[in-house]
Amino acid sequence: MTDIDKPATAAVGEVAAAGSPAPTAFLEVRDLRVHFPTDDGLVKSVDGLSFRLEKGKTLGIVGESGSGKSVTSLGIMGLHTAGQYGRRKARISGEIWLNGQELLGADPDEVRKLRGREMSMIFQDPLSALHPYYTIGRQITEAYQVHHEVAKEVARKRAVEMLDRVGIPQPDKRVDSYPHEFSGGMRQRAMIAMSLVNNPELLIADEPTTALDVTVQAQILDLIRDLQKEFGSAVIVITHDLGVVAELADDLLVMYAGRCVERGPAEKVFYEPQHPYTWGLLGSMPRIDRDQTDRLIPVKGSPPSLINVPSGCAFHPRCPYADVPEGGITRTERPELRGVPGADGHFSACHMAQEDRTRIWTEEIAPKL
Amino acid sequence: MMLLVVTLTTFAIFFVIPKWAGSDPALLFVGKQADPAAIEGIRTKLGLSDPLLLQFWHFVEGLFVGRDYANGSDVTHCPQPCFGYSFRTEQAVWPQLTDAMPVTLSLAAGACVLWLVGGIATGVVSALRRGTLWDRSAMTAALAGVSLPIYFTGLLSLAIFSYQLKWVDVDYKGLGDDPAKWFESLILPWITLAFLYAAMYARLTRATMLEIMGEDYIRTARAKGLRERTVIGRHAMRSTWTPILTLLGLDLGALLGGAVLTESTYNLPGLGRLAVNAISDKDLPLILGVTLIAALCIVVANLVVDLLYAVIDPRVRLG
Repeated sequence: MTDIDKPATAAVGEVAAAGSPAPTAFLEVRDLRVHFPTDDGLVKSVDGLSFRLEKGKTLGIVGESGSGKSVTSLGIMGLHTAGQYGRRKARISGEIWLNGQELLGADPDEVRKLRGREMSMIFQDPLSALHPYYTIGRQITEAYQVHHEVAKEVARKRAVEMLDRVGIPQPDKRVDSYPHEFSGGMRQRAMIAMSLVNNPELLIADEPTTALDVTVQAQILDLIRDLQKEFGSAVIVITHDLGVVAELADDLLVMYAGRCVERGPAEKVFYEPQHPYTWGLLGSMPRIDRDQTDRLIPVKGSPPSLINVPSGCAFHPRCPYADVPEGGITRTERPELRGVPGADGHFSACHMAQEDRTRIWTEEIAPKL
Repeated sequence: MMLLVVTLTTFAIFFVIPKWAGSDPALLFVGKQADPAAIEGIRTKLGLSDPLLLQFWHFVEGLFVGRDYANGSDVTHCPQPCFGYSFRTEQAVWPQLTDAMPVTLSLAAGACVLWLVGGIATGVVSALRRGTLWDRSAMTAALAGVSLPIYFTGLLSLAIFSYQLKWVDVDYKGLGDDPAKWFESLILPWITLAFLYAAMYARLTRATMLEIMGEDYIRTARAKGLRERTVIGRHAMRSTWTPILTLLGLDLGALLGGAVLTESTYNLPGLGRLAVNAISDKDLPLILGVTLIAALCIVVANLVVDLLYAVIDPRVRLG
């Protein structure tokens, strides 16, 4: 099969199809699939996801629980099989290009050396993500010393410096504290210090504020933004909370059932969303400027099974507009990701005609938000 | 404090209850054919007619400063620590205990090292190779280890390795007398006793390890780019120690039970065998002595375990 026959943009938007030459983008994910074999069948956590990200930019990946957000990030880090000690390993396919290097086909030990140094990760719950028996300082110096052959004192100095940078008071004392002696926000700051200790070029934050108090959430988001400016790294923020990415992200990617349903510049996705699922996410987001008497509009139904993904458009059983396109096409044919006319870099996977989408958004959805 | 409670309890059990049950210590001491005057003399000498609290006081006093058993001019001095005299042999109890203790300690310490190393190593490897042939055979062996009683595995290994193959000689020699013979005589008892416990530790370690490998902080350790063996050795093992230590604290207490059977099977002159003989002879002072020493060991073992907790888990240090 030649690439000429198949328009590269049709399937995956602006990202080239798998097998194409190395991209120029800093991070490019092509047709990523992560499948987990289970007793009940094959769980298709991520099923054909593509995106790209430049340095200094932030990509927000949004979706509800089980949409494949976290598995995507673990796949990039090469940690999707970690902790699986059995014969049933996760299957991963596609391509992940980081800085001109393909990761999925690379030697696992080479990828290990990139982990923590070129790409690092912040996890959702800093209490469980930090080892309870080691001091914060020990855990940070360990992360530094894996990739730098330096003396203990040097690493410790670096740890204190990083703790200071993320806004932990008295860093030279706190470096000897244990995680349980920190508050939730401080723990997440320490986690961030740990992930940034090697100046990584890619930072993945997996629900970085979900486990934190609302007041602390904003501080942590500010911190991530400031640090990104300072270090110039690429950041992926994974969240189910559109409010989080609204402040941070340059681009947004909305995931549903392991696939991308809408992708584009953040302001486009926010103000001219094209996919009914994105409308649902916006409708279920509480807003301070909304009238108190207005109720939130939840997305009805629950996330689909990833073993038996609904036929056609995976969202059709929950979509109020599933019958707008004629001929039941939403039940039989999977919509491809297509460019939104007149909007550069904005893609959506919906069978509805552009006029219908614009009409429904401006007349039915937007006034209620 | 705890030791005092233990002393009181053991005293109550082994001093008061036989009395209620109608067996007279004095009678046990002199034998059934003795004339009433002799029984009365012994009763006075051992202070058996005194009120119970006074008897207990004398007993405790004997432990710390020694005591005199006196019937008129017939005085026997028992130096501290005085556990009294065996009814059966009329020998002082304390030297018997000090003779038996090193044997049991050798047995227990050696078996403990063996089962910890064997059990934990098996458990870790099984966890990391879950579902493989290795894992299944190890867990089957562990199941056998938990189920088979000591006197079965003990006699079997004795029959095979000592009588049939003549690989080892099981006559006990002290460590100070002949270290090589000491080792040779204890190797089978160690393996027998350790097999039972190693099985439990292998299963516990495997289960704990599997649980811990799924923890978030293990994922964090991997995300740092650590080698897998560092992730397991430094991060996972550190947490695995906690439940192992808990079990160890309980097992050290129950170890005397295992030692009784092992020592009887291999005819080792340790505390366990001493206890068995004492009980079958109704030799109350000896039973009391063994029980007190055993209780002391349990208390000390638990103290050590508690201290180790604090070393392993920093969260315990504050609380």
